[in-house]
Amino acid sequence: MSKTFSPSSSGFSLENNKLEFLEIRQEVFALTRRLFLQLYRRPSTLVAGILQPLIWLVLFGALFENAPSNLLPGGIVYGKFLGAGIIVFTAFSGALNAGLPVMFDREFGFLNRLLVAPLRSRSSIVIASVIYIATLSILQSFVIMGAAFSLGYGFPNFYGVLLVLITLLILVFGVTALSLGLAFVLPGHIELIAVIFVANLPLLFASTALVPISFMPPWLGWLAALNPLTFAIEPIRAAYSGSLDLGSVLIHAPYGEVTGYGCLLILTILTAGLFIAIRPLLNRKLT
Amino acid sequence: MPLVVLQNLVKSYGPIKALSNLSLEIPQGSFFGLLGPNGSGKSTTLRILCTLLEPDSGEVLVNGENALKNPRNIRSKIGYVAQEVAIDKILTGRELLQLHGDLYHLRKEYREQRIKNLIENLEMNDWIDRRSGSYSGGMRRRLDLATGLMHEPDLLVLDEPTVGLDIESRATIWSLLKELNKGGKTILLSSHYLEEVDELSDQMAIIDAGRVIAQGTPDELKKNLGCNRVTLKVREFSNEIEGEKVKELIKKLDGLHNVVVNRAQGYSLNFFVDTSDTLPILRSQLNEQGFEIFAISESRPTLDDVYLQSTGKTLMDAELEVANKRDLKKEAKQSMR
Repeated sequence: MSKTFSPSSSGFSLENNKLEFLEIRQEVFALTRRLFLQLYRRPSTLVAGILQPLIWLVLFGALFENAPSNLLPGGIVYGKFLGAGIIVFTAFSGALNAGLPVMFDREFGFLNRLLVAPLRSRSSIVIASVIYIATLSILQSFVIMGAAFSLGYGFPNFYGVLLVLITLLILVFGVTALSLGLAFVLPGHIELIAVIFVANLPLLFASTALVPISFMPPWLGWLAALNPLTFAIEPIRAAYSGSLDLGSVLIHAPYGEVTGYGCLLILTILTAGLFIAIRPLLNRKLT
Repeated sequence: MPLVVLQNLVKSYGPIKALSNLSLEIPQGSFFGLLGPNGSGKSTTLRILCTLLEPDSGEVLVNGENALKNPRNIRSKIGYVAQEVAIDKILTGRELLQLHGDLYHLRKEYREQRIKNLIENLEMNDWIDRRSGSYSGGMRRRLDLATGLMHEPDLLVLDEPTVGLDIESRATIWSLLKELNKGGKTILLSSHYLEEVDELSDQMAIIDAGRVIAQGTPDELKKNLGCNRVTLKVREFSNEIEGEKVKELIKKLDGLHNVVVNRAQGYSLNFFVDTSDTLPILRSQLNEQGFEIFAISESRPTLDDVYLQSTGKTLMDAELEVANKRDLKKEAKQSMR
C-alpha cells in the first residue's frame, strides 16, 4: 500500500490511516484475546513455565551453595549470581516456544482461517504472539524475582527493575521473532520442537547464566562471550548488584570489554536484525 | 457479468499437475456445483479462488476485480468453508464467531447482531456457548458455515461441506444452503457426491484431471447425453469371466455403447442405448448364445453417466485410480502454508 503525502489529499489519507490503525488494532486485539483465552483455560503451560525456573533456582542454588567464596567476582553468594541467569533463561525458553501455537495452527488448518480473512496486515499475527509471550515472560520473571527475594538473594531497586524489564523485552522480541520465523519455515511441529530442544540447554550452558567467564576454559569463554543470552544476563545481574552503572564494564570477554550500554546495543541490533530477517518469510507465507 | 471468472488456471504440485487450463464462470445468484472425483482439482480450484494458493498461471476475477492483484479486497467478499474443519477446540462457538467478526473488521454492535442472527438461523442456541471441542460433526459444520457467513459475503464457497456427515446433518446443511441461495446468495460448492450436486445446484461443472469436461445445468447435461442407461444381469451373482464374455458379445450390437462390467454390482453390465428398440434385439442375441437374463432395467441417465460418457470411467473408478497417484504429503505441505 503506497501512502502518498500531498497537501490536497492529506485529510483523506489521515482518515485512511486512522481507519487502518483501528482495523489493525481490532485484529491484534482479537488474535491476542484468543491466545489469552487458551492460556486461561489451559494454564498448565504457565504453571510449568513458573515451576521449572523455580526448581532450577532452588536446586542449582543449593548445588553450589558451598562453593568457595572467591569463586565468583566480588565474592557474592551463588544464589544471587544465579538469579539473573534463571530469569533470562526462563524468558528465553518461553519466547523460543512462541512459534509452537502458530505451527499447530498451520498443521490443523486454523491458520487458513486467518489467511482467507482480509487482515489489514498479516504482521498482526506476529504482533499478537509478541504481546502474548512478552506478557507471559514478564509474569514469570516477577515470580522468580519474588522467589529469589524470599530466598534472601535480594531485589533490584526501581531503576534496576526497569532495566530488567527493558532487557527482557528486547530479548523476548528477538527470540519470538526467531521462533515465529522457524514456525513458518520448518515443515512441522516435530522439527520445530527438535530445534527448540537442541538450542535450549546448550545456549544456557554456553552463557554466563550459571558461572562467570573467568571460571570457564578459554574456548567456552569465547562461546559465552558471543552468546546473546550473556548480553541479557549481565545487565540484569548488574541491576541486582545495586551499583547500577551501565557505562561500566560488565563482560570481560576474550575479545575485549563490553559495557552495559554495549550489551543492550548488541541485543537491540540482534533483535532488529531478526525482525528484518523474518520479514521476507512472513511476506512469502503471509501475503 | 458473472460473479466469478476463472481463466486458464494452471497449478502443479511438483511433478503432479493439479489444474491444467481450468476455466469456469459462476453467474451471480447461482448455486454452482463443482463435481469431480477426489484429486480432480476441486479443492485446488477453490483454494486459488479464496487467495490461499497462487496459480502457476491464469486469471481469477471476482466481480470484475483481479483476485491475484488485490487479494485483500477479494477476501472480504468471499466466505470460505474449508474441507478440513479447523476449530480451536478450547474456544466456544461464540468466541470463534467473534474472532471471525474482528478479522473481517465488523463493528462490535453489528458483529453481535450478526452472531445473534446466525445462532437463530442455524439453530445453534443450545450449544454455542460450549467449548467447540465437544461438538459433533454436524454442529462443527454448522458453526463453520456460520463463520463463512459472518461477514455477509457476496459468494459462499464450500469445499465438500457434507463429507463424513450422517444423513440427518447432511439434510440440515442442504436445506440451509437451499434457503441461503433462495435468499439471493451465490454459492459455489464442490462435491464428489453426485446426488448432492444433482439435488442442490442449478449450474454445474464436472471436472476431471484438472480440466472442465462438461458444464451446464444438471438437467441439460443429462439430456444432452441423448440416451438411456441400462443395467443387465445375466445371473443374480455373476463372475468376472462371464461378465467379460457377455461384454464382448453385446459390444458388437449397434446403438449400444460404453459397456462397463460393474464389479460392485455382482458383475452386472452397465451401458447406454440410443433407443429402447435395441433391447429386444439384445435379448434374442443373448438367448441364442445360451445366456439367460436375470434382470434388465432401463433408466434415465444420471450425472455419473455424464461423467462416464466424457471420461470412459465411473466416478468411483476415477477415485480409486487417483487415490494411488496422489502425493498427499506434498499436498499437505502446500495446504499448510
